[in-house]
Amino acid sequence: MIEMPEIDREKCNGCGLCIGVCYCQALKLANNIITVTETEKCGWCTQCEVVCPMGAIRCAFEIVIEEA
Amino acid sequence: MVVQIEILKSLPYCSGLSTAELDAIREFIFERTVGKGEIILLDGEPAEAIYFVVSGVIKIFKTSMEGKEQIITILRPRESFNDVPIFDSGPNLVSAQAMTPVVLYGIKKENVEVILRDYPQIAPNIIKVLAGQMRHLVSLIEDLSFKNVLGRVAKILLEPPGGDGAVRPRLTQQDMAAIAGTAREMIGRSLKALEGYGVIKVDRHRIVIMDKKALQEIAGLAT
Repeated sequence: MIEMPEIDREKCNGCGLCIGVCYCQALKLANNIITVTETEKCGWCTQCEVVCPMGAIRCAFEIVIEEA
Repeated sequence: MVVQIEILKSLPYCSGLSTAELDAIREFIFERTVGKGEIILLDGEPAEAIYFVVSGVIKIFKTSMEGKEQIITILRPRESFNDVPIFDSGPNLVSAQAMTPVVLYGIKKENVEVILRDYPQIAPNIIKVLAGQMRHLVSLIEDLSFKNVLGRVAKILLEPPGGDGAVRPRLTQQDMAAIAGTAREMIGRSLKALEGYGVIKVDRHRIVIMDKKALQEIAGLAT
C-alpha cells in the first residue's frame, strides 16, 4: 500500500483547486468530493494541502529516528 | 471571454458597487488565462496591471540573489495582487506564478486611475484590502525576525506533542506551524534548512532524524 494524502470528506467542498495543483494526477472529483488514487508518482509535495481552502487534505509526516 | 458581473460583485474591491457601476467599470477590465507553472509577473519589472484571481491558485514569492525562494502568500479566487506597485507607481514588488491553470481579471495602471477618479467610493474597499495584506506581511516579518522557528521545529521533531512515548504522532506542516506558533511557509523553510545541515532527511512522507544530538542542540535541548 502506498501512503497517500488523506481527504476529510466532510470538509471537502469539491472546489477542485487541489486537482489543478497536483502533478501526479492522484486526485479526482467524484460526486463533488475529491478522491485519491494510489500512485508511486506522488512525491508528497503537499501542494494539495497548501491550496485547499477548507483544510480538508492532510499530508502527514511520519517522524522517525534513524538507528545508529 | 466577456468579463462577468457576478464575478466582479464577489471581489472585495467591488464591494457595495451597484450593477450599473460594475457594468461601467467592466469595460476597463481584461481577462487573462495562464497555464500551470507559468510566471505571471516578475519582481522588479515595470508594473503594468493589478490582477484579481477568478479561478485557480497563485504563488506570490520573492527570490534572493542566490536563488532562495521565500513564499509571501498563496492566493485563491477573489484575491488580488500587484496592488501596491500600481498605486505607488513603482516596479513589481513580488513575483507571481500559477500553481494551477488560472483565469485572471486585470486592470491596467492607467485605467485604475480613471476608475478611482470616477468611482471614489471604491477607495475604502481598496484600503481594507491593503490593510489585510499589511497585517499578513507584518506577521511574516515578526516570524522571520524574532522567532527561533528553527529551534521550535527541531523540538517538535524530537518531541512531537500528543504521542504516548512509544507511538510518535504523524504531523502535517500545518500541524507543526500551529504548534510552533508560526506560518506554514516557515515550516517548509525550516525543514529545508535542517535537511541542508544534514540533521534530517525528508523521504516522501517520512522525516528521518539522522543526527539526534545535533538536532537536540538546535532545539536547545542538549545537556
